[in-house]
Amino acid sequence: MFAYIIRRLLFAVPILIGVNVITFALFFMVNTPDDMARAQLGAKQTTPAMIQAWKEGRGYDKPLFYNQNSSGLNQISDTLFVQESLKLFSFDFGQSDSGRQISSDIYERMWPSLAIALPTFIIGLVTNIALALLIVLFRGSTLDRVTMGVAVAIMSISGLFYIIAGQVLFSKTWHWVPISGYAEGIDGLKFLILPVFIGVFAGIGAGIRWYRSIFLEEINKDYVRTARAKGLSEIKVLFGHVLQNGLLPILTGVVVVIPTLFMGSLIMESFFGIPGLGSYTIDAIQSQDFGIVKAMVFLGSVLYIIGLILTDISYTYFDPRVKLS
Amino acid sequence: MMPTFLWTDIMIWSLFALIIVGIRQIASDAQKRKQWRKVFKSKTAMISVIILLFYFAIALVDSIHFKVEPSAENTTNKELISVLDMGLEHLILSVERTYSAPFALNEYSSSVVYDQSGNVQQVYLPLKNVATHINMDQSLVAYDVLTQTGWAFLIALIVMSFLILIHGYFRFKEIALRQSSSKVEGLPWSVAYITLFILIFIGTWFYLLSFDYHVLGTNKVGEDVLYQSLKSIRTGVLIGGLTTIVMLPLALVLGISAGYFKGWIDDVIQYLYTTLNSIPGVLLIAAAVLVMQSIMSTHADWFGSTEERADMRLLFLILILGMTSWTGLCRLLRAETLKISQIEYVTAAKAFGLNPFTIIRRHIMPNLVHLILIALVLDFSGLVLAEAVLSYVGVGVDPTMPSWGNMINQARLEMAREPMVWWSLLSAFIFMFVLVLAANLFADRVQWVLNPRSEK
Repeated sequence: MFAYIIRRLLFAVPILIGVNVITFALFFMVNTPDDMARAQLGAKQTTPAMIQAWKEGRGYDKPLFYNQNSSGLNQISDTLFVQESLKLFSFDFGQSDSGRQISSDIYERMWPSLAIALPTFIIGLVTNIALALLIVLFRGSTLDRVTMGVAVAIMSISGLFYIIAGQVLFSKTWHWVPISGYAEGIDGLKFLILPVFIGVFAGIGAGIRWYRSIFLEEINKDYVRTARAKGLSEIKVLFGHVLQNGLLPILTGVVVVIPTLFMGSLIMESFFGIPGLGSYTIDAIQSQDFGIVKAMVFLGSVLYIIGLILTDISYTYFDPRVKLS
Repeated sequence: MMPTFLWTDIMIWSLFALIIVGIRQIASDAQKRKQWRKVFKSKTAMISVIILLFYFAIALVDSIHFKVEPSAENTTNKELISVLDMGLEHLILSVERTYSAPFALNEYSSSVVYDQSGNVQQVYLPLKNVATHINMDQSLVAYDVLTQTGWAFLIALIVMSFLILIHGYFRFKEIALRQSSSKVEGLPWSVAYITLFILIFIGTWFYLLSFDYHVLGTNKVGEDVLYQSLKSIRTGVLIGGLTTIVMLPLALVLGISAGYFKGWIDDVIQYLYTTLNSIPGVLLIAAAVLVMQSIMSTHADWFGSTEERADMRLLFLILILGMTSWTGLCRLLRAETLKISQIEYVTAAKAFGLNPFTIIRRHIMPNLVHLILIALVLDFSGLVLAEAVLSYVGVGVDPTMPSWGNMINQARLEMAREPMVWWSLLSAFIFMFVLVLAANLFADRVQWVLNPRSEK
C-alpha cells in the first residue's frame, strides 16, 4: 500500500511540471517581465534603467528557459522558469501587488471557504442520494416523470439567479438571515445558512439525475433479481444492496472534489461577502493581480491531483476486485 | 453601406452550413433518417427544436453586418449595424434618461424640478419615446395594449395558416408518393404548429408594442431592455455553438489517435489532458483571458472599431473555452476507440493491410458519431450558463457587448435599490432559461435515442 501511494505521488510530479509550464507560458512569455514592470511603474515616464531595476529587485532579470552566460547544469537551473517553479513547489507564492504575503493570505482565507463548501458538499450529497433513491423506488410512475422534469428545469436556471433570488426573498423581503457577511464561530452560523441552502438547491437537479442513472444501472443486475427472489422487500433491496453497490461509481465522482473544497466557490463567496479563497481569487482577477492568480492555479491543480490519488486509494480500499498495481 | 464580415459572423454561418450538410447526410441515409424520426416523435423534442431554431435564426439575422459611415442620416451612433439592428432601429433610437418600468409612461425614480414660480418639486418625469399616439394618456394604455394584442394574434394566425398550408401541401405530396403513410407518419406536427404559432404571436406582440412602449422597461442609462435581451441571443448562441466547433477537431484527432495507436502516443495524449484537466477550469480561463486583455491593451492599434475589438475578444474567449473543454470528449472518444479497435472486423481490416487512416475513417468514425453528437448538444447549455458566470467574474465577453452575463452583472446592484429594479435581471434570466431548457430537453432526447446503451 505504502509503495503504491509513493508511486502515485511520483506520477503527480510530471503533471505538476506540466501545469507549471502552462502557467509560466501564460504569465511570462506572453506577458513578459518588461510588460509587468511597465504596468507596475506606469506607462508614461519609465526609463529602461527603471525597468531593469524593478526586474532585478524581483529576480525577473534572468532569461526564460536557457541561460547562455552560465555553465553546466546552471544553464538550465539559473533561469526564470526553474526559479519560479521551485518557488511554487515549496509553496512560496511571494507577494501580491498590495505587498501582502500570498501564502499567509491563503492560509487565513482557507477556513471561511471550507465553512461554506464542506456543509454544502455533505448536505448536498446526502439530499441528492436520498432523493434519487426515493425516485428510483417510484421509477416509471408519474412522480418519477414530474421529478425528472423539475430536475431539468432546476438545472437550466443560472446559478446567479438562485443567489440573487435567495438574497431578495430571504434577506431583503423576509429578513430571516443577513444578506451577506461572515463571522467566526457560532455567530457565523446565520451567515452560512443561506449560501449553503442555495448551494444545495442549485445542485439538486444535476445531482438527482446523475445518482438516479447510477442506481437504475445497478437495479437491472442479477444480484438484485436474486435479492428480490429471496423475498426481500423493495426497500431492503434498495438500501441493502443497490445503495451499497451504487456507492462505488459514486465514489469516483465524489472523492476527487473533496480536496478542491478548500478553493471555495467563486460567485457564492463574492455575493455573500465571505472572506474565503473564492472571493480572494475573484478580487485578484478583477484587479489583475497575476501573482495571486498564479498561486491559485497551482494550488488548484495540486488539490485536484491529491483528489485523483485519493480516489484511487479509496477504490482499492472499498472494492476488493481492484488490485494495487 | 458596405457589408462587413466579422470573424464570428463567418464562423456562425459556417456552423449553419455544417448543420445543413449534416441534415442532408441524415436525409440520404434511411437508417439515420429513421433514428432521427424517433428523436422528433417526442413532443418535448419537437418543441425544443423549434425554440432552438428560433434563437438560432435571430442569431443569424444578427450576424450580417454592414458598415455605416458616421453621417447626419446615421443617428444610431454605431459603426457596424446588423440586419437585426435595422429591424429594431426604433429601439436603438428610443433611449430614455434612466430606469423605467415595463409599459411605464414616466420615469421610475422622481427628479427634482423647479416649477415656474421657483418652487422645488419632486416629479416623475414623463418618458420621451412612449405612447405618443395616445397622447400619453394612462387611462388609454390598457385598451391600446389589448387592441395591439388582438392585432398580433390576427397576424400570427394569418402567417401560421399560410405556413400550415404550405407544409400540408408538401406532406400530402410525400404521402401520395410513398403510399404507406400510416407507418412512417406520426411526427407530432400539431404540437409543432402550436409552438410555432405561440412563438410568432409572442414575437409579433413584442414587435408591435415596442414601437409605442418599453415592453421590458429600460436600464440605468435608459436603453431598451428588450433590445439588449435580443442582441444577447447572438452572444449566447455563439459561445454555446462555436466553442464546441473549436474543441471538436482537437478532441477527435487526439482521442482517436490515443485509442487507436496506443503506446507512447496514448501516453503523451493522456498526459496532456490530465495536465490541462488538473487546472481548475474557471482559473485557467481567467488566466488566459487576463493575458489576452493585457495583449489587447498593449496592441490597441490592431483593431479598428470598438465593435471589431469586442468581436475579437469574443472570438478569443470562444477559442480559450474550446482549448479548455476538449478534455472530456477526448477521454470518451479514446475509451470508445480502444473498445472498438478490439472488435473482430477491425482486426480483419488490419489483417487485410488497410492503412490506419482508412480503418479509422471507415470502421471507427461511424461508431463514434453518436458520442460526438451527444457531447455537442450536452455542452451547449453548459456553455451558455458559463458565459453569465464568466462575465460576472470579469473574464467574459467585452463589457460593451450585449450579453445576458453583462446584463445580470450590471443589474445585480439594482436589487438593493428601494423600490427594486427587477426587469433587466428577470428578462436576462428568462431569455437564458428558455434557451438552456430547450437545449437540455433536446440533448436528453438525442442521448436517449442515439445512445445504444440507454435504458429503454
